[in-house]
Amino acid sequence: MAIRKVIGVETEYGILLSGTPDANPIAASSMLINAYVSAFQRRVGWDFDDEHPGVDARGWLPDDALPPEVETHLVNAVLTNGARYYVDHAHPEISTPECIDALEIVRFDRAAELIVRRSMERAAATLAPGAELVAYKNNSDGKGNSYGCHENYLVDRAVPFGRLAAQITPHFVTRQIYCGAGKVGCELAGVGVTEVPFQVSQRADFFEEEVGLETTLKRPIVNTRDEPHADQSKYRRLHVIVGDANLSEVATYLKVGTTAIVLSMIEDGLAPDDLVLAKPVQAIKEVSWDPSLERLVILRDGRRMSAIDLQWQLYESAAKWAQERGLASVGEEVGADVLRRWEAVLSGLESDPLGLADQLDWVAKYRLVQGMRDRHSMAPGDARLRAIDLQYHDMRPHRSLFARVGMETLVAPDEVEAAVSEPPRTTRAYFRGRCLAKWPDDIVAANWDSMVFDIGRDPLRRVPMMEPLRGTAELVGRLIDECTTAAELLDRLGS
Amino acid sequence: MAERQQKQKPAPQRTEDVETEEVAPSSERGEKLKAELDDLLDEIDEVLDANAEEFVRSYVQKGGQ
Repeated sequence: MAIRKVIGVETEYGILLSGTPDANPIAASSMLINAYVSAFQRRVGWDFDDEHPGVDARGWLPDDALPPEVETHLVNAVLTNGARYYVDHAHPEISTPECIDALEIVRFDRAAELIVRRSMERAAATLAPGAELVAYKNNSDGKGNSYGCHENYLVDRAVPFGRLAAQITPHFVTRQIYCGAGKVGCELAGVGVTEVPFQVSQRADFFEEEVGLETTLKRPIVNTRDEPHADQSKYRRLHVIVGDANLSEVATYLKVGTTAIVLSMIEDGLAPDDLVLAKPVQAIKEVSWDPSLERLVILRDGRRMSAIDLQWQLYESAAKWAQERGLASVGEEVGADVLRRWEAVLSGLESDPLGLADQLDWVAKYRLVQGMRDRHSMAPGDARLRAIDLQYHDMRPHRSLFARVGMETLVAPDEVEAAVSEPPRTTRAYFRGRCLAKWPDDIVAANWDSMVFDIGRDPLRRVPMMEPLRGTAELVGRLIDECTTAAELLDRLGS
Repeated sequence: MAERQQKQKPAPQRTEDVETEEVAPSSERGEKLKAELDDLLDEIDEVLDANAEEFVRSYVQKGGQ
């Protein structure tokens, strides 16, 4: 039986500090985050005790692999909505709190954008005249430098990792046809803008391996980082690095919703096992480089199939799985809605792709790029086309092109506003967020699976949270309401 | 579920739908989007960075994860 898919998304934003001579991206990222944290909440730091990003899901570390560094000295805050806001690899990064379904992810991903926008506004007040600090929600600078938007899914540790990796790969190679964010040109050495004037995905150019531990170089389609942030005898956290950051809510919803469903099918042993690609690393680029979506990829059994047809096969298996097993692992209502939209978007991509310009990022961007190219008779390498691409992702409302394309939304503004400060009610993020809001002075540090309290007596007290579905409003809401002090809370928790 | 069965995709028609890239949108919704495109492009022309070349050149990031 598939386990509940607890989900989180981490996004590294691009950052540009202009109008000052000593613009350095780490300082700029720190400035952005500090501006927010000092204005809106008490600083509680991240607890690094349980960070082991170098552990490999395959149980071994290849000789030439570099485990990722943990940058403990940089700004790293936990927010009252349960999110983590920090500097990572010279980028501001925000991780959503743990969420229980794809719709909740959309709400908290949107809230993260609001947090970044407010950070920019706050930081502006501290800058020298003429200087400006701008964040971009994209994944590439167009010059071969990429930064990620990672998804995380709780999966049953009993599923052999090899089967998991093999069965999720066809989905990771082809789901970009609805969740790609679009890109002008190509960043693979030797492939020019005349060969690939526009592609479906921001990230596809950067994937060089099928399976591996790396995240910053030789990036793999399936990442093996084995750091569950939960009871490791029961759970695995699948760390997905292959996706684009989306601005479209429908794209985020489908990216996370379909992946949660395919992972559930894998857990239940009902995922298709005849969709093995002959060359996944080549296929992910072939699919991305062809916005007409006609290119056929080669399967190991010799068949040739378009990305849309491969997605149809996954969709049909998913519909059958849902009928047989139900949708409890992904949320009944949200799961059924994801299936409906999955089917609709595949039909749309087949019959009238441009009709999806109000739902999908890459289609919306493609329409702008083609429209401007035609209007001004631009050559493929024209800088204005690249500028459209970058400015689509600009987080300033008055500059954002995304904000102008009339994209469909799934969550109401007041729901997003609430998610800026309040945690999800249905995961352990509730406990984290509520405690931070109520007793900020008594919490020394927090991380995904524990919180450390200093209540002025005894040594520091660590409260473990190894079960992502404990610590919910239902389980601890009343307890937190009733306790006046953190000491009382700890006494009643019996820790 | 019966409805879902009915709506299952037709057999792939790889030979017919060539040139999707340049084909004008056919559905009613597509037509509407096309009609709105001119207004949208006017707006993009206004808001697009005046010095596109300099903006694109200065947009340099450190590689991340």
